[in-house]
Amino acid sequence: MQPFTRHTGKALPFDRVDVDTDQMVPKQFLKSQTKEGYGRILFYDWRYLPGEEPNPEFILNEPRYQGASILLTRRNFGCGSSREHAAWAVADYGFRAVIGPSFADIFFKNCAMNGILAITLPEDQVDELFRRAQATPGYQLDVDLPNQTIRDNEGLELKFEIDDFRKQALLKGLDEIGLTLEHDTEISSYERAHHPEPAQQSPVDFSYPVAS
Amino acid sequence: MPPRTLYDKIWDHHVVTEEPGKPCLLYIDRHYIHEGTSPQAFAGLKSAGRRVRRPDLTFAVMDHSVSTRNRDLPVLDADARGQFEALARNCRETGVRLFDMHSRNQGIVHIIGPELGLTQPGFTIVCGDSHTSTNGAFGSLAFGIGTSAVEHVLATQCLREYRSKPMRIEVTGKRQRGVTAKDVILAIIGKIGISAGVGHVLEYTGSVIRGLSMEGRMTVCNMSIEAGARAGMVAPDETTFAYMEGRPFVPRGKDFHVAVDFWKSLATDPGALYAKSVELDGDKIAPQVTWGTNPGMVTDVTGHVPSPDSFADPGARQAVGSALEYMDLKPGTAITDIPVDYVFIGSCTNSRIEDLRAASKIIAGKHVAPTVKLALAVPGSRVVKTQAESEGLDKIFRDAGFEWRDAGCSMCIGMNDDVLPSGMRCASTSNRNFEGRQGKGGRTHLVSPITAAAAAIAGHFVDVRQMGVELE
Ligand code: SF4
Repeated sequence: MQPFTRHTGKALPFDRVDVDTDQMVPKQFLKSQTKEGYGRILFYDWRYLPGEEPNPEFILNEPRYQGASILLTRRNFGCGSSREHAAWAVADYGFRAVIGPSFADIFFKNCAMNGILAITLPEDQVDELFRRAQATPGYQLDVDLPNQTIRDNEGLELKFEIDDFRKQALLKGLDEIGLTLEHDTEISSYERAHHPEPAQQSPVDFSYPVAS
Repeated sequence: MPPRTLYDKIWDHHVVTEEPGKPCLLYIDRHYIHEGTSPQAFAGLKSAGRRVRRPDLTFAVMDHSVSTRNRDLPVLDADARGQFEALARNCRETGVRLFDMHSRNQGIVHIIGPELGLTQPGFTIVCGDSHTSTNGAFGSLAFGIGTSAVEHVLATQCLREYRSKPMRIEVTGKRQRGVTAKDVILAIIGKIGISAGVGHVLEYTGSVIRGLSMEGRMTVCNMSIEAGARAGMVAPDETTFAYMEGRPFVPRGKDFHVAVDFWKSLATDPGALYAKSVELDGDKIAPQVTWGTNPGMVTDVTGHVPSPDSFADPGARQAVGSALEYMDLKPGTAITDIPVDYVFIGSCTNSRIEDLRAASKIIAGKHVAPTVKLALAVPGSRVVKTQAESEGLDKIFRDAGFEWRDAGCSMCIGMNDDVLPSGMRCASTSNRNFEGRQGKGGRTHLVSPITAAAAAIAGHFVDVRQMGVELE
């Protein structure tokens, strides 16, 4: 996982509540077997007109937001499907941090697993970031994970919360599976107590009545 | 020990390690996988030189992209074929049991887990799919995970999770005639909104929930994720035990009774605390129809499409405005004046035998309206399909002008060729009415199986209670 320490970049204010992951990566792109290349299709149906012509009215296509690497969102961002493709697309597009008042649980976790720093801030602070990003072309934010701060060039400074486990994992780019495997002894002793035998395996297909 | 909720009991029972300031390591009893969200997880595992820790607790099925027509024909979609082949190869190499597209037990992952008795009360169950919440109907803790977490479970049989907050949804009174489990859950989401459940696990209680069959409880728990909760659950009771008994993976004889005794101990203790509680009057719930582009945008079938101006919150006003534009609906339109072009009866929400029986009663002896371009009936599993056919339901559907298909996700997500064309309006028994969910530009209205069946016959939404059919 790519570590995250400190990042300065252009902010893109995505002004829509309850954005679901079906919009971020529509189903026709769920049949791939890799994690790469999803940036091009992020928000596909909104972003492109027929023939993959960029839709000039869609924010990702606006010249002033080209090269943005910090995504500002409204409440309940990433709701719906668990597809991690949404987080892969956000990362592959070039976003390193996502800032909003609330995120859907699975999307929030998927961000953390992919080196994206998802930050939850009170609604009024997010409103202020939206106002500034909309008012100032090229509006930049500096996100500092060790100090848990967000700053702009106009003197704004906001503190954010993050739990220490996630923070360390992001800072060091840690592999969560490796960390868990360090607990092999505990896992094995749980298994001895609760799942000592291989689970019952029915060898063939079976047929039986369904409940009435 | 202080009184605990159902959720707390299952959580406590599965904690492997707990250190302050860190997420718990939680043991997973059942890991379900499907072709769509697992290839990258197996690839990651392989490249790190890791093995599947407990293939015996892992079960795989092909469901999302399978054809619902003829499964003996070659799969033409190269990407879908690639995923099927990858799943078969991964399962073969790691010893994971696979119900492939030719298995008699194939079906939508959330349908076959319970049907096979793999899902049991008190279990922790995960799957790379958000509707894993369906399994919570049995009093298990079941939730969807991303692909990295799938890899984590494959490698460790554990997950790193923070405790969620238990939230009680109590539905009191009595469900009225013509009101189904689907209407109950849509009414709940309509009331609490699509983000109320974030950070919470819902426990459904009250006389209306107790009165539901296991099929109905699965419908309710299925849509917990649409309220923002990762999981929803119902405490196991006699209805649960009766459903479990005799299923292939459920303990038998004396072991079954030992299991039942344990399952009985799971119910929330009197006086246990919930982080939040919401109460709904079950007597007042009517058949529901969604009019917008998320499941919270819903109203009674007797209601009207709202105006964006009637919402105080600016975010909601904007969302409703763009939803109505996408759905091509005008404020004030009566729900029953909305015509339908397509009807889809299927998905992990509503494709169990009870759903098909109920819908078949509405259409028996009638015919789909000539303006309806396609009406699909897609059983959730091949076991459901076989059962339905043994009861003659396939004939009722066919005679009424429905297409009777093989089991899979089908038009719920349109990853196979069952796609809702752009501009078409569909009465669907699935769970998501997001833009483009059933097909780019397609317009989805979420309803119960009987409301979908009634719309198929009438060619527009109707109050199923006015159809002159005897209803439960
Ligand atoms: S039926 Fe629909 S919601 Fe259910 S698992 Fe399949 S795609 Fe997901």
